[in-house]
Parts: sequence; C-alpha cells; structure tokens
Amino acid sequence: MQLPSQPVASAKPRHALGSPRGPQRNKWEGLLETALEWLIRLCGISAILFVFGIFFFVLREGAGFLFGKLDFVQFFTSEEWYPTSLGNVRYGVLALIAGTFSVTTLAMVIAVPFGLGAAVFVSEFCGQRVRETLKVVIELLAAIPSVVWGFIGISVMNPLLQEVFHAPIGLNVLNGALLLALMSVPIMVSIGEDALKAVPDSFREAALAMGATRWQTIYRVLLPAAKNGLLAAVLLGVGRAVGETMAVLMATGHAVNIPKSPFDPVRTLTATIAAELGEASVGSPHYQVLFVIGILLFSITFAVNLIADLVVKGSRKD
Amino acid sequence: MQPVLRLAPSRTHAKLRRACRLFLLSLFVASLSVSCKKKSDSPGSKGDKQSIQNIGSDTMVNLAQAWAEEYANVVPNVSVEVSGGGSGVGIAALINKTADIANSSRHLEPEEEAKAKQSIGRSPTQFIVGYDGLAIYVHRDNPLSQISLEELADIYREHGKIDKWSQLGVTHIPGAKNDDIIRISRQNNSGTYAYFRDTVVGKKGDFKLGSLDMNGSKDVVEQVGKTPGSLGYSGLGYATGAVKVVKVSLKKGGPAIMPSIATVSDKTYPISRPMFMYTPGDPPERVKKYIDWVLSKPGQAIVQLTGYVPLPN
Repeated sequence: MQLPSQPVASAKPRHALGSPRGPQRNKWEGLLETALEWLIRLCGISAILFVFGIFFFVLREGAGFLFGKLDFVQFFTSEEWYPTSLGNVRYGVLALIAGTFSVTTLAMVIAVPFGLGAAVFVSEFCGQRVRETLKVVIELLAAIPSVVWGFIGISVMNPLLQEVFHAPIGLNVLNGALLLALMSVPIMVSIGEDALKAVPDSFREAALAMGATRWQTIYRVLLPAAKNGLLAAVLLGVGRAVGETMAVLMATGHAVNIPKSPFDPVRTLTATIAAELGEASVGSPHYQVLFVIGILLFSITFAVNLIADLVVKGSRKD
Repeated sequence: MQPVLRLAPSRTHAKLRRACRLFLLSLFVASLSVSCKKKSDSPGSKGDKQSIQNIGSDTMVNLAQAWAEEYANVVPNVSVEVSGGGSGVGIAALINKTADIANSSRHLEPEEEAKAKQSIGRSPTQFIVGYDGLAIYVHRDNPLSQISLEELADIYREHGKIDKWSQLGVTHIPGAKNDDIIRISRQNNSGTYAYFRDTVVGKKGDFKLGSLDMNGSKDVVEQVGKTPGSLGYSGLGYATGAVKVVKVSLKKGGPAIMPSIATVSDKTYPISRPMFMYTPGDPPERVKKYIDWVLSKPGQAIVQLTGYVPLPN
C-alpha cells in the first residue's frame, strides 16, 4: 500500500539480477536462485493478499450493520456518541471525524515545512558526514514505538502545554498533533530526499550555469522537478497521521468533542476503536459499528493513497 | 518534466529485502507464540506448577496483584497471573474461557450471563471479595471541600446545568486557566463508568459528552493531579499526594461524608460498591482454594492494605 511508485521503478533491474546466468554456476545454485526468487515474489504478492484480506474481514464484521440498521444521517451528522447508553443508544461519529481531521491537519501544518525543509537540507546542503548522521538519527526517530510517543505526550507535553500556552488541559489537539508531526517527519524526509535525489544533476548544473543562486535553484528548479515525489511524501505522512492510534489515544484527551481551538481535547476514530473494541461483545451493534468506523478509516487512507498514486502517475505523463 | 520519482534501485532493493526479512521474522515469531499458547492452553494441567488466569476490573487490578504476590508465598506451586483491562474485558475472557477468574467492579449483566451459560454451560458463580469507595477527586490546590450527589449529577449528566466552578462556589483555583470544570471520566467499558452512571448520573441517563475518558483508574487520578481545573472519580485506593479527596453529601447542604474504610463499611458514604470475582460455574480445586484464601483473614488484610474496604467479619 505504501510507496506506490517504487515497485514500478525497480522491477527491471531486479529481474536482470535474479536470472541465473554464466556457465560456472551449477544446478543447485540455479535452483536456489529460483526458489529465492519465488520467495521474494511471494512476499510481494502477500502484501496484496493481506490488504484484500483485511478489507474483507473488516467489511464482513461491519456489513450487517452498514447495510441494515445504520442510520447514515445520524452517523455522519450527529456528534452524539453513546454506544453503551442504557436508555438511548446513539451512534454519531461527527465529533470523532472532526477529531481525526483536526489532529491530522494541525500535524501536517507543523510537519510539512519541517519534513520538506529537512529533506532539502539533507539532499542539497549538508556534507557527506552530516548527511549520514542525520539520516541515522531520522531513521531512529521513525523507530520509536508510538506508545512511547504517547507516554511523552502524557508526561512531558501535558504539563508543558499548560505552562507555555496557558491551556486549561494539557491533553489536547496540539499535543496529539505535535506527536504525529514528529512521527510523520521521518517518512517525509526519507521519501522527499529520494525524490530530490532523483532529479538529475544536469538540472542543477544547468541552473548554476544560468547564474542561479542556490535558493533559486531549489525554489525554481528542484522543487518543481521533484514535486510529485514530494507530494507523495506528504500524502504518506498524512496516511500515517490518520491511522496512528496509540499516541493520539494517550495524548489527545479522548473526549468526544468538536474542537474550537487547538487546546480542546478530542477523540479520534482510531482511538475510539482501540478503546472500545476490547469490551464490545462480538456481533453486537456496538461491535459492528466499530467495524463500520474501521471501514470509514480504511476508505480515508485508501483515498489518500490513491490520490498520491494518481498524482504521481498523472503528472508523469506530462 | 521528464525524470520524476526514480529511486536509486540498489537502495530500494535493500529496503525491500529488509522489509521481507522483517516480515518473515515476524511470521516466525507469531507462529512461535501461537505454538506456545497451545501448550499452555490448559492451565495447571501438567507438572507441579499450576497457574490461575485472573483478568478484569481495572479498579481491582492493584488489589488482585497484591493478592497474587502474597499467594505465591502461601502456596508456592500455584502462580496467579493478573491482568486488567476493565470489568467488561474480564467477563468477556470468562465467556471465552481464557480466564479462570474474572474480576468485576459491577454485577454481571443479564446478557453476559446468558452468553456465559451458552458458552460454558453454567452461569458463573459470584463472590463478593471486598468493597470500594468511589472517591471524588480534585486537584490538590482546589479549595472545594465537599460536593453533593445532585451537583455531581448536574456536572456529569447530559444536559446537566453545572459546567463552571463558580456554580459550585469556587471562584479561584490556583493554576487553573479558566472557570470551566474539566470533567475526567472513564471509557465506556469500565465498571466504574457503569457504576457512576447508575448511582450518580441516573440509570437511564447518559454522560455529558466532552469529558476526558481515561483508560484506567490510575490515569484518572494522575490526570486530575496534573490539571488544576479538573474533577474526576476513581477508586479510593488510588489517592495520591497531587489530588484531594472531596467529601460527598446526598443533598446540597446535607452532612458530607469523607470516604474511608469506616464510612464505606457502615454504608454512610453514598458511593461505594462491592467488588466481585466470577468463576465459570463451580471452580476447580486450585481456583476454589485461591478464592477461599482471598476471603480469609490474611486475604482480607491485604484488601485493607491496598486502600479498599474488607468484608465485615
């Protein structure tokens, strides 16, 4: 699902490497080669199988409700989320959608300048040594488990936001957005850097020959040339942010609320599933409606990835 | 605009290879853990070391842990494995036959009882193992000293009228940024949530949306301790130095009671509740022994030590 453009770009060279050739190789080596090739192929195909499998199971669990009892108008326009009410059960996810979107949007506002800026710096400005160090550190940032981020959100950012911004509650949209920004920056940097690297040096040389400054080269030549790759980087960051669960569950306050400022607590779609699915008895309306939320999330991330793919493919034809 | 996103093939390869290896490794680990699980599926059936799976209420998890640790000294060849998650999770585990004992801070619901009957053939046996006072917590610096059940209902109930501290007569809380009462609540599978709804909000009533729904009893107290303008409810055993326990009265202006072992056992404190253990039908010998020990004097002494209220003898 991720990195939509990679397999296309790398298919040919891999094949050339994979086919056994040369008289010095014996039969066993050839067999091993074929076996390995099939194993790798299986890995590739398994991704597709898994995606379809996941979609199938999520749909199966939610379908009974989705095509039966679900009141679409209430589902999308009501902010009243009372799945376990004894008197008046209501399934309105508007506040949850607003929560997911507010956190994601703010996260991107923070992350995009940092992520793309860092990508430009790593690819164009810094020396070999600094680059290697930076890349290791950025990859390390990507390796931090999200529950650790959540813990940082609760114990470090929570009092800090109250102190610095005079926010009444430390667990809020801004807290979650800062964590998500930190989590999606590594993806943006590594994909953005790859995109900038893919711009041929002749472009840079031509710009220099025209007397362009470094800034002009980047702004007028490199960014337009790499814009699809950079957009893909941003959209993958968005996908990461929409789907993230644990950190936002811990850091956003988990309150069903349409936020009016970055300092309001919210609850996201993912956090709702994580917090409530464990208890909902299997097959009950509450359980099914959580799977409907899963379908909604799946559709959102699918749409984001599809747009990323179309954008990259679409403007490649120009 | 010709060359767009062409990734260096060698690096892509490296990444792919790494991803594949990672995937295979995780498959391997997953299959290992599955096979391990199969082996330990029948707890206590082999060897001399027996185990009891004890899952459920978050309110009781500290207590259950303390019992389990002490029991390891009393009967060394039985290990009690405790995990939390909420009363609902424990009862679900009982129904799915993954728990020997489910801890619950609320009664079994009729639906759950029916499901359990279907799954294990008998209705679960209930044991009352102690009592818990549900304390109302505010930040240490909050001057509020007492609150009535009516006021609590107006704060937490859907369409309830109270959402400012000034409506409770509190005009200044050091460190609070505004007058809003920040409601700290629990997630909706919690026994504490259900109990608070039934006794304070009203059985058929619902909570006002916009409260911070925490995932554990301890989280509520911690969050209240970190947020000056907040109000929360949680088990009495979770009190810390950062929070203040508020006296509770039935009616506004009525006599307010501080939750304590004495006031919970004589039922003068209005929001206290029994804590339960459920077993599937008649428990097997090792489980029966454990529950007998929990109900005995040494077991009940631990109830008091961990801040809950023991059974009257």
